[in-house]
Amino acid sequence: MEDMDEVVQEFLVESRENLDRLDREFVELENDPTSRPLLASIFRTIHTIKGTAGFLGFDKLQSVTHVGENLLSLLRDGSLGVTSDRTSTLLRMVDAIRAMLDLISDHGTDGDEPYLELIEELTEHCQGAGKRGSAYAEAAAPVVPVVEALADHEPAVVPVNAHPVPVAEPAPVVPAPVAEATPVVPVAEPTLMAPRADADHPKANEHPGEQVRSGGGDTSIRVDVKLLDQLMNLVGELVLARNQILQFSGQQEDPALAATSQQLNLITTELQEGVMKTRMQPIGSVWSKFPRVVRDLAVSCGKKVRIEMEGEETELDRTILEAIKDPLTHVVRNSVDHGIEEPQRRLEAGKPAEGTLRLRAYHDGGQVVIEISDDGGGVNCDKVRRKAIDRGIITQQQAAKMTEREVAHLIFEPGFSTAEKVSNISGRGVGMDVVKTNVEKIGGSVDVQSVQGRGMTLTVKIPLTLAIIPALIVSVDGHRYAIPQVNLVELIRVERTETSRGIEFVGDAPVFRLRGRLLPIVWLAEILGLPSHRETAAQNVVVIQADDRQFGLVVDRISDTEEIVVKPLGPHFKGIEAFAGTTIMGDGTVALILDVLGIARQGALVSEERHRRGTEEEEVHERRDRDSQTVLVCMAAGQRVAIPLALVSRLEEFPRNMIEKAAGKEVVQYRGRLLQLVSLASFLGLYADHGYSDGHERALQVLVYNENDRTFGLVVDEIVDVMDADFSAVEHSDRPGVPFSAVIGRRVTDLVDVDTLIRSTIDGPMAMSSF
Amino acid sequence: MSTEQMYATFYVEDIFFGVNALMVQEVLRSQPMTPVPLAPPEVTGLINLRGQIVTALDMRRRLHLPDRDASKPPTNVVVYTDDGPVSLLVDEIGDVLVLNGDDMESLPETVDRVQRDLVVGVHKLDRQLMLVIDLDKTVRPTLVG
Repeated sequence: MEDMDEVVQEFLVESRENLDRLDREFVELENDPTSRPLLASIFRTIHTIKGTAGFLGFDKLQSVTHVGENLLSLLRDGSLGVTSDRTSTLLRMVDAIRAMLDLISDHGTDGDEPYLELIEELTEHCQGAGKRGSAYAEAAAPVVPVVEALADHEPAVVPVNAHPVPVAEPAPVVPAPVAEATPVVPVAEPTLMAPRADADHPKANEHPGEQVRSGGGDTSIRVDVKLLDQLMNLVGELVLARNQILQFSGQQEDPALAATSQQLNLITTELQEGVMKTRMQPIGSVWSKFPRVVRDLAVSCGKKVRIEMEGEETELDRTILEAIKDPLTHVVRNSVDHGIEEPQRRLEAGKPAEGTLRLRAYHDGGQVVIEISDDGGGVNCDKVRRKAIDRGIITQQQAAKMTEREVAHLIFEPGFSTAEKVSNISGRGVGMDVVKTNVEKIGGSVDVQSVQGRGMTLTVKIPLTLAIIPALIVSVDGHRYAIPQVNLVELIRVERTETSRGIEFVGDAPVFRLRGRLLPIVWLAEILGLPSHRETAAQNVVVIQADDRQFGLVVDRISDTEEIVVKPLGPHFKGIEAFAGTTIMGDGTVALILDVLGIARQGALVSEERHRRGTEEEEVHERRDRDSQTVLVCMAAGQRVAIPLALVSRLEEFPRNMIEKAAGKEVVQYRGRLLQLVSLASFLGLYADHGYSDGHERALQVLVYNENDRTFGLVVDEIVDVMDADFSAVEHSDRPGVPFSAVIGRRVTDLVDVDTLIRSTIDGPMAMSSF
Repeated sequence: MSTEQMYATFYVEDIFFGVNALMVQEVLRSQPMTPVPLAPPEVTGLINLRGQIVTALDMRRRLHLPDRDASKPPTNVVVYTDDGPVSLLVDEIGDVLVLNGDDMESLPETVDRVQRDLVVGVHKLDRQLMLVIDLDKTVRPTLVG
């Protein structure tokens, strides 16, 4: 009986694989309805399933596949044409077969559902061929007389060849007529061979051939996924043991131990890579479902969609593949449902009636990039804006300021859907945000580019594997936690000193000024409900990227980065957002891996993202409104002048002997190019010479100024400082090149109009006093 | 016909418990424990059992009994569950007893509700009673607040 189970198992695995291929082939067939190789291949698959089903005693499965086979043979012979209708019926048959296979794997039987309607429909299609009609009507009977199949010159119970021994078992299924025709089963073989010979395809390797394929000269074998998972676990253990050994050997001064552990290190790394590779699967295994999905959806929406794939062979870890399967399917459905327009509208827009959906996958620096693009209508920015305002996702003001790109990103907001009418496919408000969360859950990211009227491209970036990742180890309250490296931005130590205000508060919310931007601060201890030490003067802050947002996580200690093996958390910890998993550290203790998104949510950082981003932008605008700017204050011929910092790309020092002449202008060689020098003092009409009289040995202080590919060096005497200038109270001046003066750093400073300066330099020979 | 059943026994605050011995993977002395913040109260933490991460449940907390004296380290009874091994922290381990399964009686209605929930029945031994633990229910996660 056990042998039997194995046979059934093999049948299930093989049939499912074949069915996946069938879906694809059917869709291809619709594009190329006369392709005989395709029809022959489809026929063969169904035929194989029918044969094995009969042999294993799955009557329902056999009867359904039998009628399907009949129809297919007519299509293959060209007696019937391939129509969308017929394909749909055949696809429904594939679904029915799938359902029965599921039943077989769950309950061991093909169920009670007789699929009479389906059989009838298939038969009707067959009758379209005319004279053969009557014969096929009989075929609707649940148990198929095999002799009929023989009469239709199609080989029926081929598996006899493959499994000669258990043949006795299905015997009761085989009705009497067979016995009459061929009394002993093995004798049937020659009878079966005969029609095969005149068939149009080399069917000799049709069924038995498949058996040979898996065992024969091929270099691949089927391995249970469980075994691979187990191997991966063991390698994980090995990595941990390796880490421990390395730690230990680092403390010893034994050269032999050091050498051996180094060897162990190398082997472990290679083994890890090798085992990781065995878990890789081509993304095509997920994509193979899409042609069918797209076809069904396109038919039901009355659209025409062609699907193109590139990079199907791109490999990904199984677990990741599993995780992105549903999000990708959703995106594909979305593209067909919302993206690609009806044929009429496409023609009106000057596009071909048939829309194109393109799937592309490729490796890019340790990540896999998947692009899903369509040539449909793209994101309708106005509609999205309106909707987002209606739904209260953004305010009117924010909407007005948003760029097209930002608007397109709104489709990822929870509760957002632009579908005017809710179809049963998408548009229920659970859409792209779920895609985004799911992709982010596995450490990936989603981006969208859209051109209105031309289509959109969704880019999903995901890591290659999740099993072993680099992570930063931090500690809080005496326990260690791991933060995945992908989420890290930088590490800073925040101290209250004369130059830094340390952590400040906006209302109740702690923030830190990081290079002029406000960084929200979260205490890890508080998030975890542990005793926290807010009052400590100095804090270790880990700057973390979560979603589109950065925040600072305060921890007690920051240790090293380490390769960690991710292990899942048990069921007792479901619902705790703060952790993504666990790992075992080099010393054998267990550490928790932080889920930065979960932490951000708990710290109420991400949910307010939209709001905060809005206010941040407003701040920038406000600042500009107030005419406040960061300027570089420097001295030119004893005069304090200021230049907007944004215009200065670098500050440089050049020794005087570097100055050369080119076309009457003074230049220095700078980064492989000539940098023209302009004296700020002479530009401002100040007498430069006495400013330089004692400074002939001093190096030139130069502000490198960049505009429209032209680079100038503004020579000044001295660079004073970078300051925030408030231009609310200014004194307008009538001097050329100096629009006004302002009080900057408590002293009157001239603001230089660099544009005028540059223009006059280009237009005419600038006063180039010698330096 | 008697149905013989092997029980691994242990004490939790002087209450004598038994659990199907075939479901016990091993018994360990107190192990280094990593606490999990935010976890339900009965979860004491995680232990590294030869590279496998095992959740430790405090039986006292699970049975709503007062916490154990900090000076007395608990014993780990590691049991098999559908989601991998789970360690039950008990006060003290007892012998393995072979009893007739048919002799088990149901628990009187008057026993505390939580304890009755986690116990399938009681065996009357010569000197004391042994409560048979319903392992499935005991290791089933309670909801995280």
